[in-house]
Amino acid sequence: MSPVTAVMRRELRSYFVTPVAYVFLVIFLVLAGILTFYVGDFYERGQADLQPFFVMHPWLYLILVPAITMRMWAEESKGGTLELLLTLPITLWQAMLGKFLAAWLFIGLALLLTFPIWITVNYLGAPDNGVILAGYLGSWLMAGTFIAIGACLSALTRSQVVAFILTALVCVLLILVGQPQVLELFQGTLPRQLINAAAHLSMLQHFEAIARGVLDVRDLYYFLLSMLCWLIAGVLLLDLKRTG
Amino acid sequence: MIETEQLTRCYGNLIAVDALSIRVEPGQVLGLLGPNGAGKSTAMRMIAGFLVPTSGSARVCGHDVVKEPLKAKQALGYLPEGAPSYGEMTVREFLRFIVRMRGLSGGVGYRCFDDVVQRLQLEDVLGISIETLSKGLRRRVGLAQAILHDPPVLMLDEPTDGLDPNQKHAVRQLIDVMARERTILISTHLLEEVHALCNRVVIIARGRLLADATPAELEQRSRYHGAVSFSAPGSAMSQEMLGRLPQVESIEIDPLDGRITVFPKPGERILEPVETLLRQQGLEVSEIQLERGRLDEVFRQITTVECGSVTAASGGRA
Repeated sequence: MSPVTAVMRRELRSYFVTPVAYVFLVIFLVLAGILTFYVGDFYERGQADLQPFFVMHPWLYLILVPAITMRMWAEESKGGTLELLLTLPITLWQAMLGKFLAAWLFIGLALLLTFPIWITVNYLGAPDNGVILAGYLGSWLMAGTFIAIGACLSALTRSQVVAFILTALVCVLLILVGQPQVLELFQGTLPRQLINAAAHLSMLQHFEAIARGVLDVRDLYYFLLSMLCWLIAGVLLLDLKRTG
Repeated sequence: MIETEQLTRCYGNLIAVDALSIRVEPGQVLGLLGPNGAGKSTAMRMIAGFLVPTSGSARVCGHDVVKEPLKAKQALGYLPEGAPSYGEMTVREFLRFIVRMRGLSGGVGYRCFDDVVQRLQLEDVLGISIETLSKGLRRRVGLAQAILHDPPVLMLDEPTDGLDPNQKHAVRQLIDVMARERTILISTHLLEEVHALCNRVVIIARGRLLADATPAELEQRSRYHGAVSFSAPGSAMSQEMLGRLPQVESIEIDPLDGRITVFPKPGERILEPVETLLRQQGLEVSEIQLERGRLDEVFRQITTVECGSVTAASGGRA
């Protein structure tokens, strides 16, 4: 078995041995339900789709993903197990990838467990299940980006609290940067090109495009490239710890 | 085999390891000895590939730890300081994880696992999570992790630190058994450990290599080497006589228990003349001992004098 899967299995198991996994799953599922039905006006809209469900995901991830990723490297640094892990025959990349995949699969599991909502909407009406599938894909990709950010920032510090706050901060910036209100704020003070570029960085825009069922390659690239960049940055940070 | 060449590591302005060149051959158990903060752990972390050297190089079994890290790490079993492990895992899960990380698949993996569990007597605790284990057991789990893949090179950072005497003994026996064909590097600040385990000693302080010798050679550097000590009630008058012996340099009396130590002049043997004299004087000597030399004294001498500090250089019994 490759070291990547070994690390991934260990991480996944540690989620479920400690209460992290159960707390996360319960809170994620309960919040997703409440937000969809009460805040998202699931019934009142009278439409058979899962838009109100997916719209809430960025905000759910904002709180819950940093809680998953904060311990990823910070805990290893603090507990001294980083030395153990990195003196086993594994590259930094493999270690990073293993941890990232574990968290990503875990969020994938959380998403799968929201299936009652999908059953409900299919029971109530005849939704376009292709669009719903795209929504799930978009949500999972966005979660992956959040995780990659969290993985990188967890490598930055020994403190889990600092990792949590930094991750949430970066994520909220990436969510908000494309909002019209935010863009208007800078209209006039910043050059138009910069504002356009900032708008393209917005996670929300790309997510909403996918969640509408429009699978544009550029949106996929956006998420995959973001993940890659943040993971590379994380590996570089870890490497810096060894040389610095 | 472990080789380092001019291995150096700086933290900002602080030089933690300063141009350290050592070479450990198969069959050797090298004790890396030094006061706390001497750079022992930093040196080991570089050899293990956890820290990158600022300059210089290290090789494990001929593989450069920076250029061929995976090969070097495969050849090495390493117990980091404090034996860190994942507390929430059970001993079985943890060791299975190491088996997978080491790429020991199928039957080989199970054999290695069973072997190491038996060797370190971990059968009874396999299902217990590591964070609830005692310190000694945790150390044993750490050791199991290090020797699981039967590595040709073993590096243990303070393997017996914080263990009780029985546990220390068990760990030392294990290292002794493993020592035959392997290259072993252990760091310690316990001098008794050097006696018990090592056939070579390297003393470092402030990152620099200060001595490289066998324990016996180091003992010879002690002023106690070749000295004769004995306890004899009412021996005050014999002191003068002893002092007159041509081979004797000086005499010291322990103020606490009255034990007399007679120091020889360089190159002289004094056991026989002292014994003869005592017999002539008709003194009843309860026991008499030829000193081999005191490692702690040599250690203090080397690590304090050469660093320019005189605070701990004056004697006293340790």
